[in-house]
Amino acid sequence: MIKVEHLSKSFSGVNVLNDISTSFERGKTNVIIGQSGSGKTVFLKSLIGLHQPDAGRIAFDGVYLDELERNEQRELRKAMGMVFQGSALFDSMTVAENVCFPMQMFTTYSEKEKKDQVDRVLNRVNLVDAHHKYPAELSGGMKKRVAIARAIVLNPRYLFCDEPNSGLDPRTAILIDDLIQEITREYDITTLINTHDMNSVMQIGEKIVFLKEGKLAWEGTKEEIFITDNQAISDFVYASELYQNVRKVYQEKAKTGH
Amino acid sequence: MNAMRYIEEVGRYGLMLVEIFRKPTKWNVMRGLILKEIDELIFNSLGIIIFISFFIGGVVTIQTALNLTSPLLPKSLIGFATRQSVILEFAPTFISVIMVGKVGSYITSSIGTMRVTEQIDALEVMGVNSVNYLIFPKLIAMLFYPFAIAIAMYTGIFGGWAAAVFGDYAPTADYIAGIQEDFVPFHVTYAFIKSLIFAVIIATLPAYHGYYLKGGALEVGKASTVSFVWTSVIIIIVNYVLTQLLLG
Repeated sequence: MIKVEHLSKSFSGVNVLNDISTSFERGKTNVIIGQSGSGKTVFLKSLIGLHQPDAGRIAFDGVYLDELERNEQRELRKAMGMVFQGSALFDSMTVAENVCFPMQMFTTYSEKEKKDQVDRVLNRVNLVDAHHKYPAELSGGMKKRVAIARAIVLNPRYLFCDEPNSGLDPRTAILIDDLIQEITREYDITTLINTHDMNSVMQIGEKIVFLKEGKLAWEGTKEEIFITDNQAISDFVYASELYQNVRKVYQEKAKTGH
Repeated sequence: MNAMRYIEEVGRYGLMLVEIFRKPTKWNVMRGLILKEIDELIFNSLGIIIFISFFIGGVVTIQTALNLTSPLLPKSLIGFATRQSVILEFAPTFISVIMVGKVGSYITSSIGTMRVTEQIDALEVMGVNSVNYLIFPKLIAMLFYPFAIAIAMYTGIFGGWAAAVFGDYAPTADYIAGIQEDFVPFHVTYAFIKSLIFAVIIATLPAYHGYYLKGGALEVGKASTVSFVWTSVIIIIVNYVLTQLLLG
């Protein structure tokens, strides 16, 4: 479980995150939504320690990040996996080397153990013939899958995904969403996903946190989105006509009870 | 305001130098990285170093010969002047400025690209000390730079001999006598001390410009240019200071 208490962060005097408090449960796919520039990425990067918060605290299963020394924070990060928006694969390494990298750095596994684990996670993300390819030779969806494989290779307790399906076609985006949800359940980890894709939210979101101008404007489940009176999230979700129609169906269901 | 920014940058560069040696990467990984960087930064630079040194040695010889108009001056002075110029300045300093363009730009752009594509963030999230992982192998590889400078010295003097003999400016015997005349071994030590310090600057200053880069692909290009200018300026200033300290 990840607990966030009164988190604030500013850059050059501009408030990017303003007094955010929330929590994310283990074994659930937690989704952070908001418009571009709402502070989603800064929020995620503050959680994993890439940005130092100006105020507030973050606890990972009861361990507060600010109580740890820099080296202890690095140790804690070994329990985290991150899928970056642009995948952030190491260009000079093959797919297998990218996936093997965390094991190479932090484990004393034998070469065979490392190879078996690489094969296992690449199979898990449905990439069986890509071991010797370089990132430049992969499609966007394949890169994302390699990034997921690299993130889970050390069996993390927390998985962070920054816009995991941006730039992907709708079909591949659904595959990636499903994969993240399956992995979350299979590994029983706390997963946080940044997105502004409503299809993703409806597909896999179990808890939804909505950020607007750096503030937590709403939180709840995907079902609650369609019955809430919160104006901020309604403006965001119903920008699309499709979701206006979905809302009508939900509201009618709520009235009739069917 | 600008002065404050420069002071802040110097401070951050100092902290980065300290960070290079903290929480080191596993030796079996680091060994591979160091060997790769020696190949990339040193061996891949030997061709251009040999080419430039040969012709610079030749040019120094020709210019010295053309300026020795008095018949009272011995031809051996051509070899002497070439040796002194190549060992004291052309090999360590001139080649270092060239290396800032080749190696420095490579370091800035490769680390800068890793920054803008979030590969450095990926390292940090994994718990890797990215400064140590990226810069330490380059620093160690560049400690072999004085060997490259030694090759530049030999090639420069050889280029001078070729220009002297084939350009008919001085016979081989006079040139050889010249390069042996009044030889001060400390001049070679001085050149190696300089090149070692330049090596540290070439490994770390461009790395600093790449590591702390903000922005996108355009900024990577700009950072490479800024890094080249600043590293060259620092090398020229350090060259002056070291010359005053060691030879003055």
